[in-house]
Amino acid sequence: MKSLKELEAIRDRMRQTVNTRESDSNTIRVVVGMATCGISAGARPVLNAIVEELARENVAGVQVTQTGCIGICQHEPVVEVYEPGKEKVTYVKMTPEKAIRMVHHHLMKGEPVEEYTIGSLTK
Amino acid sequence: MYRNHVMICGGTGCTSSGSDRIAAAFERELERHGLDSEVKVVRTGCFGLCALGPIVVIYPEGSFYSRVKEEHVEWIVTEHLLKGRPVRSLLFDETVDGERIKSLDQTGFYKKQKRVALRNCGVINPENIEEYIAFDGYAALGKALTEMTPDDVIQTVLDSGLRGRGGGGFPTGRKWQLACADRGKVKKFVCCNADEGDPGAFMDRSMLEGDPHAVIEAMAIAGYAIGADKGYVYVRAEYPIAVKRLQIAINQARDYGLLGEDIFGSGFNFDIEIKLGAGAFVCGEETALMTSIEGNRGEPRPRPPFPAKKGLFGRPTILNNVETYANIPQIILNGAEWFRSMGTENSPGTKVFALGGKIHNTGLVEVPMGTTLREIVEEIGGGIPDGKKFKAAQTGGPSGGCIPAELIDTPIDYDSLSKIGSMMGSGGLIVMDEDTCMVDIAKFFLEFTVDESCGKCTPCRVGTKRLLELLEKITSGNGTMRDLERIEELAEFVKNNSLCGLGQTAPNPVLSTLKYFREEYLAHIQDKRCPAGVCKALLVYKIDPDKCRGCTLCARNCPADAIMGSVRNPHSIDTNKCVKCGACMDTCRFGAISKG
Repeated sequence: MKSLKELEAIRDRMRQTVNTRESDSNTIRVVVGMATCGISAGARPVLNAIVEELARENVAGVQVTQTGCIGICQHEPVVEVYEPGKEKVTYVKMTPEKAIRMVHHHLMKGEPVEEYTIGSLTK
Repeated sequence: MYRNHVMICGGTGCTSSGSDRIAAAFERELERHGLDSEVKVVRTGCFGLCALGPIVVIYPEGSFYSRVKEEHVEWIVTEHLLKGRPVRSLLFDETVDGERIKSLDQTGFYKKQKRVALRNCGVINPENIEEYIAFDGYAALGKALTEMTPDDVIQTVLDSGLRGRGGGGFPTGRKWQLACADRGKVKKFVCCNADEGDPGAFMDRSMLEGDPHAVIEAMAIAGYAIGADKGYVYVRAEYPIAVKRLQIAINQARDYGLLGEDIFGSGFNFDIEIKLGAGAFVCGEETALMTSIEGNRGEPRPRPPFPAKKGLFGRPTILNNVETYANIPQIILNGAEWFRSMGTENSPGTKVFALGGKIHNTGLVEVPMGTTLREIVEEIGGGIPDGKKFKAAQTGGPSGGCIPAELIDTPIDYDSLSKIGSMMGSGGLIVMDEDTCMVDIAKFFLEFTVDESCGKCTPCRVGTKRLLELLEKITSGNGTMRDLERIEELAEFVKNNSLCGLGQTAPNPVLSTLKYFREEYLAHIQDKRCPAGVCKALLVYKIDPDKCRGCTLCARNCPADAIMGSVRNPHSIDTNKCVKCGACMDTCRFGAISKG
């Protein structure tokens, strides 16, 4: 180790790995439905796509977790986004591609992708 | 990229209750379900709640599983990791609140804790230097070497008010200052005392197991401050996991150029070597420790000269304890003011305690200085099991003293403890309930010091032995009031005339129990009675004829045939035959047998 820069490079690279273990009140929670209905509709690739895209784009302060069946099995895979102080946003019929778009627009810029949300179904 | 991290405690406590097998089971089950590329298994250091081990924590949810068994693993993998449903029945019950799962820092055990020295324990994989770096590891060393002069470093440590966590409480910055003359001109050494010998203490072990790099980083900072290029960690050979992890950490630090030559391009060289302890309690005394590193028999020598002037191999040396070092990187990074914001005026910062004895949450806790004993015992420790009453707590192990129930609101800091005749010690905190005999406790600690006295000086070698004999006389029912005077006289003599800390503090448990529980000594001497029912020679077992139904169960279980009586008639015990084993009392279904 010959400089502080080298140390910082390792730290920044590793932060991505370990920030899974930290959370505070400002953390955005992304919850993927992973009950039998979700898994059979393809929730796992969606979940992994979100985790990987967040890492690729170096996004901090987002916690990705799973949950069980939330009762709208016909719309799985379902992804819910909880931002502190904001209304929950529910995405339905997600795919890895849609998930990546959601990461870029919603999680990084704070603009929910309206056309994937549950609200768009009733319109 | 892993979406879940499964943190499995790899401290000594959880390892001995099978966490290795649990880790292997997780790896096997994850592979079987094709989750091994999505879920990472990490072996960590101690989480602190050793009473509920083995402990597994799953992130990002932070689910805290306690008392995990191998057969639970498949369940956790399929339910929690695959389907995202934490297995409520296996979670630490204090975190389950109806439908809601509370976070750990809302539980009684963690709520009042403040983790500084233990901040990485249970959070990182101690065998991976990059995880330490991710949590700002080695940034303090970088800052010291590139932005601060050695005098700046010493000044910061002085300003922080950090005091030695090994027991004495000597200001750390002052110690460094005494050794800083002639930097670069004379060979100097930095030593770490990890020869944790107090019965019931395991703070240093847990820190070395959970966060070894913090100690390495701090020793390098100390080396820079006083101008030393070589460090020794003197660690107990009885701590195999700690020794192994420390060696891995030293090797990794060398590979990354964080130990070795020209660290951070500053021209500063530093390396560390591990010395295994010689297995004697006295080797934790600073001069004996250095003598032992030199390859000689671990015996203390008179001071002065102090190690700061003439220490290891006759060179200026500083010796600090593991926990003291673990605080250093944080102080350098966050500043002296930050450190002073915790704890009390004269005892800033936090202190780690190993909580043991008659208490619910046995384990490792770190609290701000000034926290009261009541908060530690009742809130963090979860109180005394079986509805028993708190009687006293022993701090400082065989060198310390007891704190009786009436002083339970004493704030725990260096000065308050020494004022009431106890001491901070390295952090062992043994809780005793009403079933503990204080004379017996004093005898227990004295037996330990008699065993561990190195024999170099007479007051300690002979004095502690004679003290023990006097205590044995009392617990066997042959004590006289004159013996009590003799004990007090001899205890003062041993205290004032012994060569090193071991002998000087050895009478403390006797003196403090005499101070606060004199009536118990008197009961043993005058009434030939042990109020707690511990000292066998003074016990008498009795059967209450009104309660006895004559079931004969006790008579059949008595190994000495000391119980007489016929079926359906009250029995009685022949005290001449009775061996006081208590088997009758355990088997009686009517509560008819009492001791006293």
